[in-house]
Amino acid sequence: MSGDSPIRVVLAKLGLDGHDRGLKVVARILRDAGMEVIYLGLRQTTETIVDAVEQEDADVVGISMLNAGHLTLGPRIVDALADAGLDVPVVIGGIVPDEDRQALADAGVAGVLGPGAPAEEVVAGIRDAVATHGW
Amino acid sequence: MVGNRTVTQLVAAARGGERRATARLLTLVEQGGQLADEVAGATHQLVDNAHVVGVTGPPGAGKSTLTAALTTLLADRGRRPAVLAVDPSSPLTGGAILGDRVRMVEATAAGVFIRSMATRGHAGGLALAVPGMVRVLDAAGFDPVVVETVGVGQVEVDVAAAADTVLVVVTPGMGDAVQANKAGLLEVADLFAVNKSDQPNAADARRDLELMLDLSDLTGHRRAGLPERPTIVSTVATTGGGVEELAGAVDDHLEALRSSESLAVRRQDRRSVEVRSRLDHLLLEASAAAVALASVDGSADGEAPGATAKRLADHLLGGPDHTR
Repeated sequence: MSGDSPIRVVLAKLGLDGHDRGLKVVARILRDAGMEVIYLGLRQTTETIVDAVEQEDADVVGISMLNAGHLTLGPRIVDALADAGLDVPVVIGGIVPDEDRQALADAGVAGVLGPGAPAEEVVAGIRDAVATHGW
Repeated sequence: MVGNRTVTQLVAAARGGERRATARLLTLVEQGGQLADEVAGATHQLVDNAHVVGVTGPPGAGKSTLTAALTTLLADRGRRPAVLAVDPSSPLTGGAILGDRVRMVEATAAGVFIRSMATRGHAGGLALAVPGMVRVLDAAGFDPVVVETVGVGQVEVDVAAAADTVLVVVTPGMGDAVQANKAGLLEVADLFAVNKSDQPNAADARRDLELMLDLSDLTGHRRAGLPERPTIVSTVATTGGGVEELAGAVDDHLEALRSSESLAVRRQDRRSVEVRSRLDHLLLEASAAAVALASVDGSADGEAPGATAKRLADHLLGGPDHTR
């Protein structure tokens, strides 16, 4: 991508998880860091996220999960994107125990942001995921 | 080359129905530069098959919800609609929250192609790249292409020059606002939707619009190429109420443009406006660069600002007789 275009990030909550306050905060943090946030909001499915990433030609996708489904849903979204031919990094935000991080990394998840991560860490997490991926 | 494909290959893939290729072409156009020029060169002869519909109106009127309901209906009828949804960029950071998809979940499921975009510093309710992106969607076989503007007030009427048909969405209870905005809104509207028509003042809002259109009839003032008095449709976007009627009115307007030969005129105007807006953009860049240079090299020291501007303009435009 050209150097001065904003990073385009798709933000969504996957599955039955009705807490989107954290996601809204993250959206605002990323906007204020100069990114374009395509906000999908609550109760998204693998299909709606893949459709959005494809049509929006997003650079990265951020999924928020607070329902302990990350070990199932994290790899599932990574695989679904790959199946659709979309080479886009996935960052997971939410409550992820330390011992699960390696499993997610092995499954192809590009980054994990825990609860209470400061704004700089959130921005850096997204930027790093994009930088290590590229077009 | 983009990834492992040329622009020509991407255009062929997009025309073959590959959405990923369409999405990547849209990105190239949005980012500008040489690849954007290549895409423009590869698509500008492949267009004018899509009905380009602009949807505009004040913030919160229901533009996204109505756009979603309309395009879902059309997709269910076998059409291939696409949406370009524009939201504002922050003037401070350049960032943006593009939230239109939140209200377009059903449309996505129905197969509508939706692309969100930010204004990236462009005033007027749209973004500089919109005409080029509409061309990509048109060339890729989408029809109609619906362009949803940012929430507008009085002067953001770019959409009038970007679309075949302009739908202005208003709501009950903003009677005064409609009055205040009428110079902007009335002049660009081909169709009105009075959305949220299940609310108490809906009949009043509709009557206010009819009255204003009566006045337009009285003075004979009407947008060029508008074959007849704008239709007003009452809608409730959240339940789908009035959306069939709206779809009919949108089609009727295209038919009216065709039969009055206004369609070709509008599309020719659209090209002229786009040339003008690209030229403005190039001139602005050149002028900013010239001013920066003049302040660095000291040539403007001790010179009146107007004289400096005149000198730079002569230089930029190749001398005072450049127009011949």
